[in-house]
Amino acid sequence: MKVSTEWLSDYISLDGVNVEELAEQITRSGIEIDSIENRNQGVTNVVVGFVKSKEKHPDADKLNICIVDAGQEEELQIVCGAKNVAAGQKVPVALVGAKLPGGLEIKKAKLRGVLSQGMICSAKELGLNDKLLPKEQQEGILVLPEDVEIGTPITSLLGLDDKVLDFDLTPNRSDCLSMIGAAYEVGAILSRDVKLPQPELADTGVLAKERVQVKIDASELCSRYAVRYIAGVKIGPSPLWMQNRLMAAGIRPISNIVDITNYVMLEYGQPLHAFDADKIAGGTLGVRQAKAGEKLVTLDGQERELEAGTLLIVDGEDRPVALAGVMGGLETEVTEQTVNIVLESAKFAGGSVRRTSRTLGLRSEASQRFEKEVDPAAVIPALDRAAALMAVHAGGQVAQGIVEIVHREPEEKVIALSLQKLNDYLGTDISSLEAKAILGRLRFECAGAEDVIEVRVPTRRGDITRDVDLIEEVARLYGYDNIPTTMIEGITTAGGYTKPQALRRTIRTLLTHGGWQEVMGYSFIREGVSAKFPQLGEGDREIRLAMPMSEDRSVLRGSLLPGMIDIAVYNRNRKQDNLALFEIGGIFRTEEAKLTKQPSELPVIGLLLTGDRTEKRWNAPAEKVDFFDLKGALESLFEYLGLADRISYEADRPQGFHPGRSASVFLNGTAGKERIGTLGQLHPELQREMDLEDTYAAELRLEPLYRYAGEAYVYQELPRYPAMQRDIAVVVGTEVEAGALIRTIRETAGELLESVEVFDVFTGAKLGEGKMSVALSLVYRHMERTLTDEEVAAVHDRVVAGLSQTFEAELRK
Amino acid sequence: MKERLEALKAEALKELAETVDAGHLNDLRVKYLGKKGALTEILRGMGSLSAEERPVIGQVGNEVRAAIEAVIEEKQANFQRQETEARLAAEKVDVTLPGRPLKQGSIHPLNQVIQEIEDIFIGMGYRVAEGPEVETDYHNFEALNLPKDHPARDMQDSFYLTEELLMRTQTSPVQVRTMEAMQGEVPVKIICPGRVFRRDDDDATHSFQFHQIEGLVVGKRIRMSDLKGTLLEFTRKMFGPNTQIRLRPSFFPFTEPSVEVDVTCMKCGGDGCRVCKQSGWLEILGSGMVHPRVLEMSGYDPEEYSGFAFGMGVERIAMLKYGVDDIRYFYNNDLRFLQQFARV
Repeated sequence: MKVSTEWLSDYISLDGVNVEELAEQITRSGIEIDSIENRNQGVTNVVVGFVKSKEKHPDADKLNICIVDAGQEEELQIVCGAKNVAAGQKVPVALVGAKLPGGLEIKKAKLRGVLSQGMICSAKELGLNDKLLPKEQQEGILVLPEDVEIGTPITSLLGLDDKVLDFDLTPNRSDCLSMIGAAYEVGAILSRDVKLPQPELADTGVLAKERVQVKIDASELCSRYAVRYIAGVKIGPSPLWMQNRLMAAGIRPISNIVDITNYVMLEYGQPLHAFDADKIAGGTLGVRQAKAGEKLVTLDGQERELEAGTLLIVDGEDRPVALAGVMGGLETEVTEQTVNIVLESAKFAGGSVRRTSRTLGLRSEASQRFEKEVDPAAVIPALDRAAALMAVHAGGQVAQGIVEIVHREPEEKVIALSLQKLNDYLGTDISSLEAKAILGRLRFECAGAEDVIEVRVPTRRGDITRDVDLIEEVARLYGYDNIPTTMIEGITTAGGYTKPQALRRTIRTLLTHGGWQEVMGYSFIREGVSAKFPQLGEGDREIRLAMPMSEDRSVLRGSLLPGMIDIAVYNRNRKQDNLALFEIGGIFRTEEAKLTKQPSELPVIGLLLTGDRTEKRWNAPAEKVDFFDLKGALESLFEYLGLADRISYEADRPQGFHPGRSASVFLNGTAGKERIGTLGQLHPELQREMDLEDTYAAELRLEPLYRYAGEAYVYQELPRYPAMQRDIAVVVGTEVEAGALIRTIRETAGELLESVEVFDVFTGAKLGEGKMSVALSLVYRHMERTLTDEEVAAVHDRVVAGLSQTFEAELRK
Repeated sequence: MKERLEALKAEALKELAETVDAGHLNDLRVKYLGKKGALTEILRGMGSLSAEERPVIGQVGNEVRAAIEAVIEEKQANFQRQETEARLAAEKVDVTLPGRPLKQGSIHPLNQVIQEIEDIFIGMGYRVAEGPEVETDYHNFEALNLPKDHPARDMQDSFYLTEELLMRTQTSPVQVRTMEAMQGEVPVKIICPGRVFRRDDDDATHSFQFHQIEGLVVGKRIRMSDLKGTLLEFTRKMFGPNTQIRLRPSFFPFTEPSVEVDVTCMKCGGDGCRVCKQSGWLEILGSGMVHPRVLEMSGYDPEEYSGFAFGMGVERIAMLKYGVDDIRYFYNNDLRFLQQFARV
């Protein structure tokens, strides 16, 4: 809401007030002032002049020589190029020495040999906003009304000595969508009185109800509908001062009738609508809801098909003539030929107006105000005010009386405010007297005892419904700076993370210190890509946004991997080829085709690895990552979380992965073995499709890890007796898994075996087709004594026998 | 015999003097002093000497041995020194060549900021509460005092999945869920970090997905002055001990009174600069006293309990903290950007 301070001072004295300081005060007490606009963009020494004569310039077709009386000692000769300049006009004249916006300074000059002692100005040259000018003023010089006095400074005539405050209103402060509302707010801040307009209305002669009838068939959506009848208006421009104020508020002047409805809307916050009375069939206006498919051509010339329920104004033949509170109809619009006016002022329900305005994509100054609920007590004063202005500025005869239907009279709320609660709530020590004084500044009547104040809230402040709202009013005018700074009293609480939160953070730290980079993807991905990695969500349905902003971000992610692959591609396109990425985040799962409840959100971790493990350096060659870099990272993670003994890997052929280079990861919990995720190389076809090098990825559910991680640990005694190491190399079929060998070794060796590690694996022609050699290092130890060679030999022989029995393994010598 | 010993000594010393390597030196030790060496050989003839001669010759023999040994030892020490020097010279490295790095990733800068804020509030006795990204209309709006036809509930502004389910537009529903779960118990003292979604076109300062951290305290006699004190404490820990805060009245449906909180610009310390648009202040928090309707709906009697809530945008804080001028950097995940945060 743009608030002209010149206009504002109609209602409140701004004597001695610095506008910049006022703006700061308003901001600090509740309404942010976005900007202060100086309407004078740099105009000095421009006055009203009278064009006494106009002659063609002898040497220039497009120039005229004007003799102008600008109230100076002598008449001025001014060369003017505007097409529309004519003798007998009053025009703005920039005198020699005048300055214009943009820094132009007017000097005595010769134009094609003819002396020019000034300049006749266009509206634009005076710094007026093009968009707000009436059409006829957008080109050529600005022609002023005939009755203005010669020599008057143009700045005062055009209201340029004005500063405009831009109120950035929060949704609750729609009371300040009016000059009077703004005046109350400023009055509260400055502790000054507010003076309301007192329309002097001479409604005489014919009775309005003999000319127009009203009815309401939607009383829930319209609590009051009032009209006045104004006869014999003469359409023309509105007075200059009114045009100036409308322009200051950002509204384009159109004609006296339209300008008056806009002016009063800005003044009271009550939108009005003027109908051409003679075009209303049956002389009746009704309020009802639309039936589906009804149509109306609105003021902007567009035919609009209406949804059922849209609130309408209809004529005596039940045909729509206006969208209630949003926009009038073209057919009943006020035109230059209009003689009689029906002026409407009503209270429409905000929700209804908002729906209409949203559905039709039509936002107007009126709808904006109705949406936020107008002050029901302003309906009649605004109507009277506008009617009175039409009598004065459009020569109309206001018919006797208001024709109206009232379903609900406005009521003022009375709210009890406990002083104790006020101070407990704010942490202040405000006295009853102080509180009442502040409320008094807002023009809220106070009564009641010392400790409980009975506050009567004016209807213009619909946002105030309970005591805390009053506490806010007191607080903001008392000043938030004056509220003390304290710390919470009462019980001390222990802060902290839950176990999953703490573990999540631990995992992040561990991985980043291991060289992995955390990334953060979007929760929305392309349709269909989650299906490439269905491992964690078999049987899941994709969850689609009702109105996605783009197809790339149209469904909720069911896997982190598609997003991480996109990130890998993005980086590879920027020559970042060596990537070790992880992301911890939620994936969304549902089996419902159409959601009826929230999907489950699973915390998961994704890892992606590609490129070189070690980059080429002066002392080392580059080495490509492989499956075991990824697996090693997971193993370290599980080890760190204390889960190593619970985890197992099984070769698997999960979708999206290389069938020979991927595995499922299992966790052995109290309820048995459960599959928690997948790791492996991406399927070569997928890699090709995404233009990726060999890329390894894993995705694991975190909840099972959180459940078992960090279990209580008791230290293991350090060995006091030496160990004996025996290495063994066996030749087995290539299909035999190292894990199976180790399992057999552990089973056959028994308790004396402390550890077994694979330290070499190779295949080769020497071994024969389908054979491989696996070398293992076995460590034997007894915790209570030194083992003898014989003991170890016996166990070791058993191991070898076990291997040869189970795998037809041959011992390599 | 004495002459033979002297001759042996002279010969040995001469040969030793000419020795230039450790291997030859050892050969000479064997040759002269070994079990089958020349000295032993000569001394073996001692048996034929008289009892008077024997000690005399014995002593000469010892002297010869000592003399040869002394030279050998000295030589040996010399050789060792030379060897060490040669080795040191050979092993010299160019210390200006780069070392092998410990590879470091970084925690995503947004998570770094979240963790930093979490740490501060945990230190002040807060728990960290989290909730779902897909919310019910009730928890996201209704329970926060945003009535059905509130503009923020428009399809145009939020990502709906169905009529009743949407991507949360704020982390406030976590506050509601926490209060519901606590069933009227106090004190409630939580912060809620998380991602939220709004239908904004992405540009340098907008992202349809972003992060918030909200805080909520509910208890007996929680005052607005406590809110001020808490936020002052937080901002000083976050932005430095000289930080000031300023409260400006504002409006949020779920708080009353509602305030916007400005902090002293961390770039200029309040003097005014480009970052704070010359005002000296940066708006970073929205907050207020929990609206009684919100307390009521979540099972707390507003006549008995009060509370405050606050919220901030993680991206905004990260952008201010690191001087990042485009929010999209956080979601592009360009390694050249992310790796800059692999530091304390």
